[in-house]
This record gives sequence, structure tokens and C-alpha cells, in this order.
Amino acid sequence: MALLTLSSPHTHGPNRTSRIMLTVALATLPGLAVMTWFFGFGSLINTVLAIITALASEALVLKLRKYPVSFFLKDNTALVTGLLLGLALPPLAPWWITVLATSFAIIFAKQIYGGMGNNPFNPAMVGYALVLISFPVQMTTNWVTSFQVSGSDVAGFTDALSIIFAGASSTADAFTGATPLDQYKYLISKETSDELLQRNTFNGWLNGGWEWVNLAFLAGGLFLMVRRIITWHIPVSMLAALGICSLILGWDEDLYTPLSLHLLSGATMLGAFFIATDPVSASTTPTGKLIYGAGIGILLYVIRTWGAYPDAVAFAVLLMNFAAPFIDAYTQPRSYGHSKPKRGLKPGEKS
Amino acid sequence: MATKSLKDISLDGLWKNNPALVQLLGLCPLLAVTGSVVNALGLGLATMMVLVGSNLSVSLIRNHVSDAVRLPAFVMIIASFVTVAELTMQAFTYELYEVLGIFIPLIVTNCAILGRADAFASKNPILPSVVDGVMMAIGFTVVLVLLGALREVLGQGQIFGNMELLFGPSAADWKIVLVESYPDFLFAILPPGAFVGMGLLIALKNLIDDRIDKAAAAKAAPVEAGSKRVRVTGKIS
Repeated sequence: MALLTLSSPHTHGPNRTSRIMLTVALATLPGLAVMTWFFGFGSLINTVLAIITALASEALVLKLRKYPVSFFLKDNTALVTGLLLGLALPPLAPWWITVLATSFAIIFAKQIYGGMGNNPFNPAMVGYALVLISFPVQMTTNWVTSFQVSGSDVAGFTDALSIIFAGASSTADAFTGATPLDQYKYLISKETSDELLQRNTFNGWLNGGWEWVNLAFLAGGLFLMVRRIITWHIPVSMLAALGICSLILGWDEDLYTPLSLHLLSGATMLGAFFIATDPVSASTTPTGKLIYGAGIGILLYVIRTWGAYPDAVAFAVLLMNFAAPFIDAYTQPRSYGHSKPKRGLKPGEKS
Repeated sequence: MATKSLKDISLDGLWKNNPALVQLLGLCPLLAVTGSVVNALGLGLATMMVLVGSNLSVSLIRNHVSDAVRLPAFVMIIASFVTVAELTMQAFTYELYEVLGIFIPLIVTNCAILGRADAFASKNPILPSVVDGVMMAIGFTVVLVLLGALREVLGQGQIFGNMELLFGPSAADWKIVLVESYPDFLFAILPPGAFVGMGLLIALKNLIDDRIDKAAAAKAAPVEAGSKRVRVTGKIS
């Protein structure tokens, strides 16, 4: 019988980094499952590949920096970075895009800045932006179009494997195309909204797969909120800003992408709940989180509508990452015992 | 200052005080035109011509120009040499001149050149100034070419492409394609890739310096054999 007398503090720590990260990973699983259901095994293969690359790059750099490898690998942050990248990349992206994006994310965006907790930018989005800028063609045409979605001829496991690893483009062309956001943006100048929505990519409301993917990520995000891993501020302000912009500026569906497509297509929900809420690179004060989220929402709308890229979660998040330290400095809450909060820096004062 | 030997001057230019890696001067052309080896080499050679000429001239007039007007005088000299370099390139390597475009005239504003004129040539006799100019320019060009090679390999999967722009038609087959049907890696071709590549080169230099320092320290103070005492500072006699 072992009766240990433990001294205080009697904390039980369910929210260690590794646990939080594992919960985040768990919360993405519905989204991953829905993506696999609608878009075939590509997402799953790329996600696994991204996770393996992330862990391998992390281990390599830790080894070079003479840090304990297994201790830092067990905090699961590299796992989540790989997972988020795998989910963000097109399902049938060739393997080298996944490997390049993930290793760049871990080595350059995370470890060069000092490793876990020191990166000013969201590593997954740095990796994503790298490959999006470098390989625009591969990144925008390797999405699975949804005309196969309702039938059984989504790319099967071996099809997906051969497309991703062997670059079997002749078979890939049958499955792939642009995302609904992309199509709507470039075709709306030629067709009316009603005509456009008849196209295969859209396939009617709630049939296209994208809505279900986003709803699944929304469910995962709500789970994270219930578990108090993330707070409501960033997702709510981001989605609200996106919605308000869309209602005020883009109310005409024959000119601009409609609100339903903004909210439930592309990476909106994944971005709102899993990417913008990154605890390291996001703003941390309650007011700051609201400003940060709203900034992402506005940038998302602006880049999607008037920018050159069809989706903009990565750019919006990275741009607001730049602003996060500044926002934090000016939104400090009042601390107990002080009548006024201390905000910003006086001239000549060091942070 | 005048006591510096020619060997030290050369070592400074090539390594210890390398204009690109240590002084971080002239970064604008360095980052903008190093998309390929031929561009980098072309700009490096033009810079070398200007730098050697300006160091020589500045050293010649160093006792005749008052301090108050020295910078305008130096800039005039540099601008003249840049014009010479520009006209030379137009005459002999017109296509390369077209490719490099505005960055040839912009050599005037390359702070590495004005920096060497003011910091070295205006205080030293002719021979050390010329040696300094040559070595600084070689140091600059080597970094340019390394960065160009890195970006050409990563960006286009080839190296030594388009060398005929600089070396005549016989150089057209110098191109080595490393990877067939390489998808252009735009990040390496665009300036952001130059920043990352530059950072990696500086890191590599610091790593080598670190190794050299450690080796030197180990050589200078060999571990005393036979001493078993710990917590003793300094030498045990």
C-alpha cells in the first residue's frame, strides 16, 4: 500500500500543451472524415504525409540544436502543424508540395525563430503561403470537383496514391478542378448567379461537399470551445466581420460571392476555429482577440473579393499575425489594484 | 590604418569584412538580381569595375579634396564609372544589359562602393586602395554568384543557364539541367527567396567563423594534462 503524502499545490493538470494539442487534433477529425468522404482519400494521405514530415523535420532540427528530441516531440505541436497543413492543402496535391510546405513550416517558420512558443507567425500558414505563391497552378487546380461527389467515383485509395505520388495527371484531370469560391469569383462576371449555381462545382445547396466540410469543422471548433481550449472571441469576431462585409458590400449575388459561399466554402471554418486561434501567434487579450479576429475577417473578404487569389485565410492570418503584438500592447486589461490599465509604451520606454 | 598589410586587406574584403555578408551593404541589387548565375555574375563584374575605378580615383584625389565636399566628389566619380560600365555592357553584352535593366545605373547608389571610398580609399595610398577595391568586389561577387546559383537551382532546377549572354554563343551549352520538367519554384525566383537564401549564407559564415574560433581557442589553450583539480580558474602552475 502506497500512501503518499503530497504537498501543495495540488494541481491536476489536464491542460498541458500535449493534451491541448491532442484535443485540437481530435477536433479536426470530423472535418477530415467529411473531407475523405467527399473528396476521396487524397486528404487523408496528404495529412498523414504532412504529419510524418512535420515530426521528422522537428526531430531533425531539435537534434541539430542539441535539444531533447522526444521531450519536445511529445508536446504534439508539430503534429498539429502537420495536421492543419494536410487539411489546408488541396486533397490531390502532389507529395512534394506537402513535404515542402510542412518542412518549411517547421524548420523556417517555427524552429528558426526559437521553436515552440516563439514563432511570430502561424507555421502552418507560412508553409501554405509558401507553396501557394510558388506553385499557383498546382495549388488551385488539385481540388476535387464535386460532380463525382454524389456518385461512387471519387478518387479511390489507389487512385489517390498514384495521383499524389506518381503524378498521374491523366487520371487526375477527371477528378480535379477549382474550388467553388474560385469558380464563382471568375465566372460571375460572365453569368448570372442562378446560371452559375447550376454548374457541377456547386451542385446545389448542401450537395457540394464543401458545406459539409465546413460544418464539420464548425462542430469541431464548438467542441474546442466547450473544452475551453479556445475562447469565442476570435472565431465570432472573424465570422461576424466576414458576414457584415459580405452583407454590406457584396449583397448583389450577380456581382459578388454570396454570404453562404463565404461562410461555408473554402477554408473559412477551419481558419476561424483552428488556424486564427493559434495560441502562440494570435492576440491574447480579450479585446485584442476581437480586433484580431475582425481584422482577419475583413482581410479575408477584401482579398477574396478584390485580390488575385480565390481564398485568403493564410494571407489574412499572416497579416494579422504581424499586428498581434501591437494590438496586445494597446488592449491590456486593467490589472487588480490599478485604477487604469497600462497600455502601449511611453516614449523611450522599453517593452 | 596605413599599417594594414595587403594580406590583411585582402582577407578583410574576402571574408572578415565581406561587403555582402558582414557589412550587409548593397543589398538591393544583391537581392533583386540574383535570380540566376549569369545575372549575378554580370552585376558582380560591373560592380567590380566601378569599385576598383572609384577606389583608385578617390585615392588619387584624397589630398586635394576638402572634407566638406568629399561625398559629392566621390558620388561624381562613382557615377562616371557607372556610366562607363553601363556603356561597356551596352556595347558587348547588350542582352544582359537589358535583363539587368535599372540595376546597372543603380550601382551608383550601392552603398558598398561609397562606403569603401569614404572609409578606405580616401585615407590610404593608391596600391592598398586598389587591392581593397578588388578584394571587396571579389567578396561581393562571390556572394552574388553563390546566391544566384542557389536560387537558380532551387527556382528552376538548372544551373549556368543563359551564360551566352555574358560569354558569347559558345557558352550556350554550359547549362546543366539538374531536374527534368522541374516545376518553377517561384518563391526562390522572387525576392523573398533571396532574403531567405541570404540569411542562410550569413548563418553558414557565422557557423564557419564559430568553428574557426573554437579550433583556435583549443589550440591556444590546450587542456593541461595531469591536472585533476576542479574549480580552479586560470592556469595551474
